[in-house]
Amino acid sequence: MDMGSQLLSVAPVVLVGGLATVVMLVDALVRDSTRWTFWMSLAGLIGSAIAGLATLSASGTVFNGMLAAGGTAALFDTLLSMAGILTLLAARPYLRREGQEYDEFYTLLLFALAGAMLLVHAAHLVIFFLGIELMSVAFYVLAGYFRRQTRSVEAALKYFLLGAFATGFLLYGIAMVYGSSGALAYAAIQEQLRHGSALPTLLLIGIGLLVVGVGFKIAIVPFHQWVPDVYQGAPTVVTAFMSTVGKAAVVIALVPLFRALQPAVETKLQLAVATLAAATILLGNITAVVQSNIKRMLAYSSIAHAGYLLMGLVAQNDRGWAGMLFYAAAYLFMQLGAFVVVASVETNNEERLEISEYAGLSRRHPVLAALMAIFLFSLTGLPPFAGFFGKYYLFTAAIEAGYTWLAVIAVVGTMISAYFYLGVLVAMYFREPHERLVPALGGTATLTVWLSSLAVLALGIFPSTLLQLLERFL
Amino acid sequence: MEWILLGLLATPLVGFVLILLLPRERLRWIHALSIAVGLITFGLAIALWIAFRPEQPGFQFRIALRWIESLDIGFRVGVDGISLLLVVLTTLLTLVALLASLEAIRHRQKEYYAMLLLLETAMLGVFVATDTFLFYVFWELVLIPMYFIIGIWGGRNRIYAALKFFLYTLVGSLLMLVGIVWLGVYAQQHAGGFTGDLERLQQIGPTLPLTAQRWLFWAFALSFCIKVPLFPLHTWLPDAHVEAPTAGSVILAGVLLKMGTYGLVRFNLELFPQASFEYAPLLAWLGVIGIVYGALVAFAQSDMKKLIAYSSVSHLGFIVLGIFSMTVEGLQGALLQMVNHGLSTGMLFLCVGMLYERRHTRELAEFGGLARRMPLFAVLLALAVLSSAGLPGLNGFVGEFLSLLGAAQSRFLDNFVFAAIGVSGVILAAAYLLKFYHALMFGEPSNPENYHLRDIGWLERLQLIPLVVLFVWIGLFPRPFLHLSELSFRSMVAKLEQLRFGITTIELPTPQAAPAAEPVQPSPSPLEPQRFLEEQLRRMPPPRP
Repeated sequence: MDMGSQLLSVAPVVLVGGLATVVMLVDALVRDSTRWTFWMSLAGLIGSAIAGLATLSASGTVFNGMLAAGGTAALFDTLLSMAGILTLLAARPYLRREGQEYDEFYTLLLFALAGAMLLVHAAHLVIFFLGIELMSVAFYVLAGYFRRQTRSVEAALKYFLLGAFATGFLLYGIAMVYGSSGALAYAAIQEQLRHGSALPTLLLIGIGLLVVGVGFKIAIVPFHQWVPDVYQGAPTVVTAFMSTVGKAAVVIALVPLFRALQPAVETKLQLAVATLAAATILLGNITAVVQSNIKRMLAYSSIAHAGYLLMGLVAQNDRGWAGMLFYAAAYLFMQLGAFVVVASVETNNEERLEISEYAGLSRRHPVLAALMAIFLFSLTGLPPFAGFFGKYYLFTAAIEAGYTWLAVIAVVGTMISAYFYLGVLVAMYFREPHERLVPALGGTATLTVWLSSLAVLALGIFPSTLLQLLERFL
Repeated sequence: MEWILLGLLATPLVGFVLILLLPRERLRWIHALSIAVGLITFGLAIALWIAFRPEQPGFQFRIALRWIESLDIGFRVGVDGISLLLVVLTTLLTLVALLASLEAIRHRQKEYYAMLLLLETAMLGVFVATDTFLFYVFWELVLIPMYFIIGIWGGRNRIYAALKFFLYTLVGSLLMLVGIVWLGVYAQQHAGGFTGDLERLQQIGPTLPLTAQRWLFWAFALSFCIKVPLFPLHTWLPDAHVEAPTAGSVILAGVLLKMGTYGLVRFNLELFPQASFEYAPLLAWLGVIGIVYGALVAFAQSDMKKLIAYSSVSHLGFIVLGIFSMTVEGLQGALLQMVNHGLSTGMLFLCVGMLYERRHTRELAEFGGLARRMPLFAVLLALAVLSSAGLPGLNGFVGEFLSLLGAAQSRFLDNFVFAAIGVSGVILAAAYLLKFYHALMFGEPSNPENYHLRDIGWLERLQLIPLVVLFVWIGLFPRPFLHLSELSFRSMVAKLEQLRFGITTIELPTPQAAPAAEPVQPSPSPLEPQRFLEEQLRRMPPPRP
């Protein structure tokens, strides 16, 4: 295949990567460019979403087996671009209200997205690493975007230090896998494992270190401590973006990686991951119960959601992979929507972030409250919303693999989670407002909330559209 | 004729959307629209009843739309003799609840009527779903509107009650979800593919290994018993009832509790028969304890709503006893008792609501001598009390009598004690209900605030009189109601007796073969369900196209 058609088959990544660079240059060279960069980013992301759909039918790998083309990767190019668009729409009014709309934000957002998409396309451990790092570095800076606020800066520093630490584990794991199998491309690794010519102990250590490194990135217990502080300290739209796109992209990238490693994954390792998943689900949900700050509560609950996602990895079967991908898509929209509602209710200087301050929201902003209710029910996992079907599918996968106990733990976690998600609903609907009417963030942020809730409903009521695509590609 | 069923499910949902689109100031439109939707839905349910053919076995009006093909999950709905009466009951009580809300609900009316209509669709869906996934979706969907109805329009402690209601129910139902998935996966590994199809699962169920059946039985039963609520899982009920608005209490007692007993019949008995044999005495004991305990606690209440709430615990005990007698009489009695309890308890809650509207208190001690001030109300309430107490000639008697008869005759329970203790519940019911009526109506009106209470108006008569007509009708001529479910229960009990004893005394009027005329096969032992099932399937009439 010639260079041109190779580039075309991974067009979304190229597009977003190029766009990020151009936006950075425009920022540097053009005076008063903020107006331009927003629209450029928006147009570029819409383009990459369409390009993702256009490249769905591509297959195989390009660039010497470095990048996977088409299939789930292209599908998630589209979904991640959509998440990017939703973040952009919400970010603009939010940043304007805070008086902090600078071009860097859009540049960083695009770089993070390019990293996420690279990650999704990874068919080679080097690309896997590059994607994670490109995305993470952009996140570190974004977390400290409100550079005059101590909390934001603290979040950035914490995130950076622990992230760098995790990167060490990740790299060491990659090195071990290479040392044992002599290969970095997924296909080649799988080949080696099939022939049994990989060194088993070294490989097991390598996989273990990979899990630890990835565990840091997607916040699995016991590598989750950074999450609450970072998610609370970062600007809310940034939290919305990195808690969804960041987590989803890594989880999606795990699917091809662990499918390649599957011959080496024994029962013992499976059990270890299952234990991690169970601990993550329980700890995330239990600690979320006692939070009074809504950002912290959502942060802890996002830890629990990482645990649910791991169930697919435990199962190691086709349903598990499809379930992980489906849940990642559902999580993308429901978590993003919930955080954008939080950003809308919040006022200057991070006020009105306590759950008790949501009292009577349904009176002042009935539509916003109703849409938030949809996100919360979906996060709880009630039908007919996307979160329910995602869980149903993951349960199916776990039970099929003989891990009924893990499904029961997940169910227990869900019961606990109902309690704190309902707490927000109680405040919004059952308590009387005790303040004067305060305006919520309007403009394009409303569009984000509406579009996310439509996606949550559509994925919940008609899950088979996405599911059939996923099953075809796996 | 399938469109009737689809219309039945769709009408309240359309109404829900339309109400959301109406501006909130247009109260008249909102009222008119919701009453119209309630009437149309009730009409469709009656049409369903008329078109239903009781002599045909299995589900009727079946619709199966593809939904999630890779898991063989579909939008499968259908009605049989067991669910039909509950569908009609649901639409009737929703209509009554709508009428009862017109004057009682004064704030956030748009949301209120939207929620009530959403609730109706969800409840109907629970009774007509013949797919485990779809059933679960509706089952959980019921929670959301009910949670808001209690939490927004309830009494002083509404938040606590709403949360308790939600969490209790969710705890049970999530375990059921694991059970549903487990069943599907079992079907995939042993019967050629994952499925949510209830009819296929009913064939697979008896072939499950006994250990698995036991676990699954409890995964489902826990969820249903919380909903019923069976002693000792009943503690959410008094709170929810006391705090809910009148219409919420009517729906809660009238329909939501029946979802639990319906689930026990539809899922536990049919899917896990061998485990049911094992646990029937245990559940029957809990039912009997509930009968006595509920009645005793009801007797001690001074709050009218609490009294009726505990009387529900007692009445539902009869239903559970009837179900786990696993006899045709017991099951039919249980089903009829579900309807009766919905009507009579629904009416008692309406009456309490009417008094509450006038006096803003529910304390029995505040009242007395109302019979002079509100003569028509007194007569109607008397009928509701007597029906609830099981007076012969009214509906409550028929249901309780059949349930107890079933329990006494049951070859599965094989113990007369259940019926003997259960009967005491009838006496206790008379005691606390007559005490309730006496405190309200008789004596001198000592409290000056009661001097000028007005009798019920036309809107209130409209709610109560249809219910009273049904009390008398079912009490004197229950045949049309019992006839509907007869064949469904006969074939169910025949199957159960075959599985347990290898021989059945039930005659099934099948169109092709008369099984009674056939020589009885040498009994397959209950431990070899697979062989029996093949036998059974060979004998059964082929499913309708």
